[in-house]
Order: sequence, then structure tokens, then C-alpha cells
Amino acid sequence: MTTGKKFVDISQVHKVFGSGTSRYYALADINLKIAEREFVTLIGHSGCGKSTVLNLVAGLIKPSSGGIIVNEKEVVGPGMDRAVVFQSHSLLPWLNVEQNVRLAVDCVYPKESKAFRIEKARHYINMVHMGAHISKKPSEISGGMKQRVGIARAFATDPMVLLMDEPFGALDALTRGNMQDELLNIWENDRKTVMMITHDVDEAIFLSDRIVLMSNGPMATIAKIVDVNLPRPRTRETVIEHPRYIDLRKELVHYLIETGHHVAA
Amino acid sequence: MHTLTKESRMLKIPDFEKPEQQEKQYGIHMLPKESSMLTFTEIENSDQKERQRKRILNILLPIFGTVVFVLLWALYSSNPSVTLPGPFATIDESWEYIAHPFFDNGPNDKGLGLHILYSLQRVGMGYLLAVFLGVGVGIIIGKSALMYKAVDPIFQILRTIPPLAWLPISLATFNEAQPSAIFVIFITALWPILINTATGVQQIPKDYENVAKIYQLKGLKYFWVILLPAAAPYIFTGLRISIGMAWLAIVAAEMLTGGVGIGFFIWDSWNSSRMTDIVISVVYVGFVGFALDKFVEMLSKRIVPITD
Repeated sequence: MTTGKKFVDISQVHKVFGSGTSRYYALADINLKIAEREFVTLIGHSGCGKSTVLNLVAGLIKPSSGGIIVNEKEVVGPGMDRAVVFQSHSLLPWLNVEQNVRLAVDCVYPKESKAFRIEKARHYINMVHMGAHISKKPSEISGGMKQRVGIARAFATDPMVLLMDEPFGALDALTRGNMQDELLNIWENDRKTVMMITHDVDEAIFLSDRIVLMSNGPMATIAKIVDVNLPRPRTRETVIEHPRYIDLRKELVHYLIETGHHVAA
Repeated sequence: MHTLTKESRMLKIPDFEKPEQQEKQYGIHMLPKESSMLTFTEIENSDQKERQRKRILNILLPIFGTVVFVLLWALYSSNPSVTLPGPFATIDESWEYIAHPFFDNGPNDKGLGLHILYSLQRVGMGYLLAVFLGVGVGIIIGKSALMYKAVDPIFQILRTIPPLAWLPISLATFNEAQPSAIFVIFITALWPILINTATGVQQIPKDYENVAKIYQLKGLKYFWVILLPAAAPYIFTGLRISIGMAWLAIVAAEMLTGGVGIGFFIWDSWNSSRMTDIVISVVYVGFVGFALDKFVEMLSKRIVPITD
């Protein structure tokens, strides 16, 4: 799975927020190398800085020290080569599904004809099976559908890295299962480097190649990296029937319980 | 036996087609008794009765309230020591003005309709100026925390100055009634628009800003696609507050500047002791103010849902 190549190279990154009395030392010495087309999940307790790591790779915030390199170029700001799927989908409520995805498409293909861009947008909308709802506004579709559009928008720029911040966290358990299946299907057909944050241990095992366990903040760091090593393509049955599954799950849950004791009440 | 959809296969729940099947399977009541169900006509009839009742109340209650108000007014005015004319006396003596709102017999003798149009014209000009400057400056200080800190204290002081207090400064600057009145309208309407716009811009959710950054939405595109729609509800709140305040201000300003306008007419009637004319004018002022507010509300309802 891990080819050893450093597609995403997070190196000695520290992040401090604020100053004086309101200073918060969020991340300390984060080192992580992700190979191209690898699917990595970040797990940890709330407030441990997972989103901060994601935002640093996205370029939405800058590290206090250390650096991040994506595809041999340093990250200096946000860009469409690192697409983000937010937990709260953040679709613009005054644009319909097609227009929301078009935002991304117009960014990548500013010089192409409108027909070309509409066609591109349709392609990604159909990829997430939202073709029937193409003219609907976000208020007219369900949470799972909104997240699918968010994923379509993220894929529409053909990003080098796909960053997902608990994309299915706000969905009910049934929808979440569907969405994980769909994401895996899409990813199998169009493999990107993915960094995803999740709270769901089963989701992490099902989807990822490696699971990064973070310690608690402040001064959070990477405590452990677990190789999932389950063969692909995966289905839910093959995953839960696999001999490694139970031990993997135990390892993760034990880690979360141990670190949970140190989280202030 | 039972068809399994992709979802149900994953969660191992059999996928039933009809409640009757579930009844057979589990022996439980999934459907109510046929005989106890309401017929379609029964439901329709009770709906219709409810709607009729609501419609009647919506018309009768305001009429009732207005009639009580008019009667109380007549009662109060019937007292001989009271100078306020009653409703019937008002209509009687000022019938000329009610019947012919647009007559024009020279500079000091015009119909109420004409006076109101003059006032509206001044309000229109002052208000439009306030919208352009208010929204423009509001966006600038909303976006720039530095600028906001620099100007906010002085704005907070300026906005509490009553419109009429601006009038002497305005007259001294412009020397004419018309531009002075327009300036007073402008300065009155400016603050709610400016402050609400600035707040709206500051309140744009961080996620939308992040979307704008990632997909390189800058300049004009950012303005039309992100900023304006996100701030629209706040801007329209400001617009609605401002139109009401502007209309209040014009009547007061015109009383002092003279010339034409409904405010001038009220003051002139007072100086000539034409009490019924004052009452009529005041009623008209109220109706026009109400119409202006409803107009902005209607605009707001049409535009803001698009952005929501």
C-alpha cells in the first residue's frame, strides 16, 4: 500500500494559536508522509487538533513552524489542487446543485466553453448519483445528498489531495453506511490521495490504508500509525469477516479508551 | 422470497413492499380499520370550514378594531373643551382635500397628493444616496477589521444625532430648502443600512469564506456569488428600518424648511388654524409610511429567499 513516496510530506509542523494569555499550542512536531493515492484516516478525541492538521494541508492556515509539501511543492495557501469536503457540506444555499459544482469546474477550466463546463459538472453530479436532483437547492435535498454534492464538487477539480473533515459525521448511521460504500466505489475508479478525519473506528478500518492516531491536545502529536493491510477491493462482508478485523478494531478502541481517560471532563 | 435492495442487503433488513405482507408476517395491525377511516369528503369539508372561519376573522377583526378606534376618537372630540376635531367633522370640512388630491392652484394652494409626491421625491433621493453609501461603506468596514476599529467610535456617536439636529448645519451648508431636506433624509437613513451591512458582512460563515479561497473566488465574482447573498438578510433589515426613519424625518424636516411637502402643509395648516386639514394630512402620512414599509418588505421577501 505505502510505496514510500512522499506525496504529502508534513514535516516538523507546530501550530500555535493566539498570543499572550489566549495562546493555545495546538500541534507539536507533526510528522507524516502520505504516499500518492493512499487513503489515510485521522482518528482522535474531539479537540485534539485533527481539523487543524487538515486545514494546514489545505493551506487555510499556516504552520507556526515546519512545512508541508504536496507533490514536491510547498503549501503556501489554499488551492483547488487540495479539495476539501467539510463536515457541514458548506454548499452555498442560494445556488442549486449544478451551480455549486460549477463553482469548482469554472475554477479549473476558466477558458473552456460553457457547454464543456456544464458537461463536466454533470459528469461529477452523475458520479455521485445526484443527476435527478440537479436543479434543486440545498434546502430541498437531504443531508446525505448534500454531502454527495460536496464530494462531487471536491472531485470536480481533479485534486491532487482530497481532504475530508468528518464528512459523514452529521449523517445518521444508515446513511453513513451508504455514503461509505459510495465513496469507496468512486475512489476505486478514480484513486486520489485522501486524508480523512473520522470518529468512526469501523469507517476508518473499512476505508483506509493507514490509520493515524493522534494524541490529545494541547501540543497534540501523532501517537501511532496503524497499517490496515486488508486486501482491496473491499466490501463490508470481506472486511468484517477478515481475521485481522477484530484485532485491528480492538487496537483502535483500546487506544481511544486509554487516551479518553486523560481528556478533561 | 423478499427482494433485497443494495441498502437492505448491507444492513440485513428484509425489504417489504406492502403493509399487508407485514401484517401476515408479524400478525400485527399495520392498517387502521376500514370502517373507522375518515372519508375524503369529510376531511375536505372540515378543511373548508376552517379556512372560511379564518378568512372571516382576518377581515372582521381589523374592521372591528378600526371602528372602535374611530368611535373612541369621536367620543373624545365630542367634548367641547377639546380642540381636536372628530372624524365626521374632519371629513366634512376637509372634503375638498380628500376629493381632489392633485389640484394645483399656485405655490401655496396644492392638493395633498401633490404635497405627498414632493415629500416622496425628497425621501427617494436621500434614501437612494443612503443605500449606495451605506452598503458601500458597510461592506468596506465589514471586511476590514482595521477600518472598522478606526471609524466605529465616530459612527456610534454620529448615528445617535437626531435628524432635526442636522438641519441647521445642513441649511447653513446648502442655503436652500430642497438639498437641506434631502441631506437630512440621507443622514437619517444612512446609519441603519451601514451598520446592518457591516454586521452582515462580518457574519459570513467561515465555511463559505473557505470555499471562496479554495475555488479562487475573488473580486467581482466573490462579491456577487458569496458576499452579497450571504449578507442580504442583514442588508434588507437595514433597508426596512431606514425607510421608516426616513419618512419620519421628512415630515419633521419640511415643517422647518417650508416650501412644498406634506410636512410643510401640516405646519402651514397649524399656522392657519385649519385643524381638520392637519388631521387629514396626518392620516395620509400614516398610510404612506405603511405603504413604504410594506413595499420594502415585499422586495425583501422576494430577494432574500433566493439567497437563503
